[in-house]
Amino acid sequence: MPAVSFSQVAKTYTGPRGSFQALDGVSFTIERGEFFGLLGPNGAGKTTLISILAGLASASSGQVTVMGHDVRTDYAAARKALGIVPQELVFDPFFTVREALRIQSGYFGIRNNDAWIDELLHNLGLADKAGANMRQLSGGMKRRVLVAQALVHRPPVIVLDEPTAGVDVELRQTLWAFIARLNREGHTVLLTTHYLEEAEALCHRIGMLKLGHLVALDRTAELLRGMASTMLRFKTDHALPAAMATRARVTGRIVQLKAHDAAEVEQLLAELRQAGVPIEDLEIGRADLEDVFLDIMQAPALKRVA
Amino acid sequence: MRLAGARTLFYKEVLRFWKVAFQTVAAPVLTAVMYLLIFGHVLEDRVQVFQGVGYTSFLIPGLVMMSVLQNSFANSSSSLIQSKITGNLVFLLVTPLSHWAWFVAYVGASVVRGLTVGLGVFVVTVWFAPPSFAQPWWILIFAALGAGMLGSLGLIAGLWAEKFDQMAAFQNFIIMPMTFLSGVFYSVKSLPGMWQAVSHLNPFFYMIDGFRCGFFGHSDVSPWLSLAIVGGSFLLVSGIALRLLASGYKLRH
Repeated sequence: MPAVSFSQVAKTYTGPRGSFQALDGVSFTIERGEFFGLLGPNGAGKTTLISILAGLASASSGQVTVMGHDVRTDYAAARKALGIVPQELVFDPFFTVREALRIQSGYFGIRNNDAWIDELLHNLGLADKAGANMRQLSGGMKRRVLVAQALVHRPPVIVLDEPTAGVDVELRQTLWAFIARLNREGHTVLLTTHYLEEAEALCHRIGMLKLGHLVALDRTAELLRGMASTMLRFKTDHALPAAMATRARVTGRIVQLKAHDAAEVEQLLAELRQAGVPIEDLEIGRADLEDVFLDIMQAPALKRVA
Repeated sequence: MRLAGARTLFYKEVLRFWKVAFQTVAAPVLTAVMYLLIFGHVLEDRVQVFQGVGYTSFLIPGLVMMSVLQNSFANSSSSLIQSKITGNLVFLLVTPLSHWAWFVAYVGASVVRGLTVGLGVFVVTVWFAPPSFAQPWWILIFAALGAGMLGSLGLIAGLWAEKFDQMAAFQNFIIMPMTFLSGVFYSVKSLPGMWQAVSHLNPFFYMIDGFRCGFFGHSDVSPWLSLAIVGGSFLLVSGIALRLLASGYKLRH
């Protein structure tokens, strides 16, 4: 039995300005113990899919199960198996950290959860903030409390919606280490993120959504291997030759070019020399997940996987 | 009827208003006392609604009930709209709580707040006029039913309103007129014919009339009729609230 299964999930929002199809027949499963990454540009349907999973929205059609429980007809069991860390830094200003965690435990029917709460607070570096009002915490601390809130009932499946968005480097490392540890201990993790470096580092398997469709679904290693390319990376302040400029991915001073083999690398470098483009920090490396992602997202035809 | 988690939500909702008791309990008590001081002073020697009952004595039960109703409504409605707008309602939405659990907890906490404030008003105003308890069971019954109905109404308003503005409109244009125009400050019998008839269409009138009957043994209409109307209204409003919760109205898209 998979930890999470999506079966032909579709969602259409109808509003005063007409209807909008957020999801169109998305199907995939996440096995127990997996670390799954859900990627996609803004508006692809990631948040909609997670909302449906959590019971915050209902699918127009299709079925979603968590540990075998249907999220609509068997919602209590499904929600008990799920821990959601929302993207927004929301909190209840009336309560302290410990009160908030005790209350969250109580919602799931767990009384006397203090031992586990203490362990969570300690692991997340919040032990000295237990008695502080949520309002007094910094953004990073609030985010850690959100993670703790999602874990009070020890759910087998944890969903993180862009957990490191806007987070400083140190906290990001702490959260990655913590989440990776949870996964090693047996929790199934579903992560959505815009940081492809994060997805590549943590996820066993990746699904990519575009305009409500699943356009890629594979193990991370396979996706990277499938891109069988060398990437040429360098920095320059100079404009690139016209033909090269259309192929290149330029981010400020950083230029990235896909090359199929060594001969093509040599050819590109020769073109740059002939055009008199000075380059710095030249690197020749393998394609990373960001390259795969952009390749798939920018493909003109919508190649559907499921 | 699955009530798992309802106890925690109830406890949280009570703790929420108790933490700011100055605002949620003390302030309404003071407001009621202000009404009593002013109206009592102005009208004590000029108006006698019931035979042998001074105006101040007459006014107190009405003020108590008005406080119960307004604060019960305020508890559930303000809690829900604040949680919705700040976004922390998500923590409750992802839990296994059933719509029954939500209803029992929110309305239960509203009743506790309403009755706490009502008791506070009563305890303070007892210095102004000695109370009498002609038929005390009516006091308890109407206080509980009234608080329950307004708690449910607050739940509906909290679900419906999307902005604080809309909530304020509900409160100021529906709840307040209905409580003020229900015979708190006067006997409905003293109104001209048409307005009397209009008052008889207001369920709040029956709540206050029945509640007051518990103190004086007199009422404008039979307390049994009031019980039927208030009981029926409570069931109707609760039914609507439960239906909205079960359907995920404005909570789950």
